[in-house]
Amino acid sequence: MTGFRTWLMRSGMGGVLLLAILLALVFPLVLDIFRLNLVGKYLSYAFVALGLVMLWGWGGVLSLGQGVFFGLGGYGMAMFLKLEASDPITTKIQSTPGIPDFMDWNQLTALPAWWEPFRSFPLALALLLTVPTLLAFVIGFAMFKRRVGGVYFAIITQAVALILTVLIIGQQGYTGGVNGMTDLKTLMGWDTRTDHAKYILYFINVALLILAIIVCTWIQKSKLGTLLLAMRDKEDRVRFSGYDVANFRIFAFCLAALLAAVGGAMFTLQVGFMSPSLVGIVPSIEMVIFAAVGGRMSLVGAVYGSLLVNYGKTYFSESFPDLWLFLMAGLFLGVVLGFPDGLAGVYMNRIRPWVIARFSGRKAAEPIVASAQPMHRADPPPTSEASLPPGIQGQRI
Amino acid sequence: MSNTDFVLAVEDLTVSFDGFKAIDKLSLYVDKNELRVIIGPNGAGKTTLLDLICGKTRASHGSIKFKNHEMTKMAEYRIVRAGIGRKFQTPSIYENLSVFKNLEVSFPRGRSVFGALAFKCDEPVKERVRTVADEIGLGTQLQTEAGLLSHGQKQWLEIGMLLMQDPELLMLDEPIAGMSVRERELTAELLQRICKGRSVIVIEHDMDFVKQIAHKVTVMHQGKILAEGSMEQVQSDPKVIDVYLGH
Repeated sequence: MTGFRTWLMRSGMGGVLLLAILLALVFPLVLDIFRLNLVGKYLSYAFVALGLVMLWGWGGVLSLGQGVFFGLGGYGMAMFLKLEASDPITTKIQSTPGIPDFMDWNQLTALPAWWEPFRSFPLALALLLTVPTLLAFVIGFAMFKRRVGGVYFAIITQAVALILTVLIIGQQGYTGGVNGMTDLKTLMGWDTRTDHAKYILYFINVALLILAIIVCTWIQKSKLGTLLLAMRDKEDRVRFSGYDVANFRIFAFCLAALLAAVGGAMFTLQVGFMSPSLVGIVPSIEMVIFAAVGGRMSLVGAVYGSLLVNYGKTYFSESFPDLWLFLMAGLFLGVVLGFPDGLAGVYMNRIRPWVIARFSGRKAAEPIVASAQPMHRADPPPTSEASLPPGIQGQRI
Repeated sequence: MSNTDFVLAVEDLTVSFDGFKAIDKLSLYVDKNELRVIIGPNGAGKTTLLDLICGKTRASHGSIKFKNHEMTKMAEYRIVRAGIGRKFQTPSIYENLSVFKNLEVSFPRGRSVFGALAFKCDEPVKERVRTVADEIGLGTQLQTEAGLLSHGQKQWLEIGMLLMQDPELLMLDEPIAGMSVRERELTAELLQRICKGRSVIVIEHDMDFVKQIAHKVTVMHQGKILAEGSMEQVQSDPKVIDVYLGH
């Protein structure tokens, strides 16, 4: 048991375990299925927030277009579900039975060729994961190899989000337009709208999320994680240590895109529709807020951030329909101004040291090595001869 | 350009920024095991020359050959992998990481994305980190966060990070700027030790320090080489006295 405790402390897996218990045990027991399904929806956004922790917090690259990848993942899943919901019998009143209803309304008489792969679930799954990742690779390659970064990168990703929204809305016959894809019913014959299915989807989402956190933690602990932090702060030093900085950024961007796509697919499954309002600029910025509120250096924090902000959104919009946007903005500004490291920063810098000081007087709080802002520290001490380490003293003539 | 025995052969190198020639038809040769010091007044193009050699700035004209391989068109990380290490003027270290991590990250293995994912800090790596840390006098501070080191120690750490890569050519831009007298002495000794088995180029202003370490001194002025030779030769050169040492 002691060994397990030290392992939890050292690997930082304690927080993940706590989160897993909360999501997989406490929430299903306490919440009714309607609320639990809402939590599932929030948790599908948490995938995007995880990606942003890796890309923005660790990689130092802010993307304001994660909605693109979330949307592509979501649309990929929606296309498969829509095709399944549009069998010739249910759609026999259409002028062309067997194609999605919105195609019929837009005078399409046959399924477009690029929709065909989405008839097969494995192919649809493969495409909804690879297409966003490849798009991220192409954008990342074009940007990072040319050393576009910072604000310019953020603006370009934002432009991509806008382009995709315009494209989806404009190509109504192929994408369902502004209404998105609705009336999704079954997944390979399994009705996803029942309470039972919602429970199962919720647990799948939680399992995938915990798995994603574990994989990301492993990446953070690898040399690649160290390098991401290093190139965030001293890009030139990393470059002139023999690393191709662009490749590492492309990797982080692809990883963030892949995670967002998983989130999008889980969103479609749990909420039952996908629309361009989840792809564009505003949702993309909201996703950044989830990560910022949770703490952009903390994976677990990002999940809590997604939960809290989305819960706040639901609560405020139910209770104060006129004021809720202002309250949301207030929450965001308050957290970012008051606690630049987000909720995770509050925990690591204030609560944890307090708890440790309170309960074990001897142990001093560990310094946080990977913080977004450098910690306050005393001025470096002057090097006096006596304080020189042995290696140097040994060199005296 | 002809092939030479020199480790570094810079020939006819020119770079202009909007018409201003920061480096003007410059040629420079550095031998094996040589410690070369480049001096010159502010704006002479010393740092620009290092930038050109390590690929940070691209040459408008001319050639830079490292062990007879042309470097002018190579990507920066390839130049580093070929064996050229560069220390920047202000200490450029990863402040939030420990001394150990700073050195470990600089170890030349696992440099690709997936190589870095699979990288394991095994015994040879740890051994090398400890050796280098002892060399730069930080052997007892491996777990210290690098940002907490004194200015001089940060400079040594950056030199140590270069030593991890075991470069054949080491370029140091003002390594003793801001150091105490004692730290300067230690740095001079460090440089004399590390230039064995490799070539070192140092940019420096402090004349006493230059005298202490230099095998050969190159004086630069307005993007050109004004004089080259031993410290005594250079100091007695009337041209040099005129532009640099005289005032």
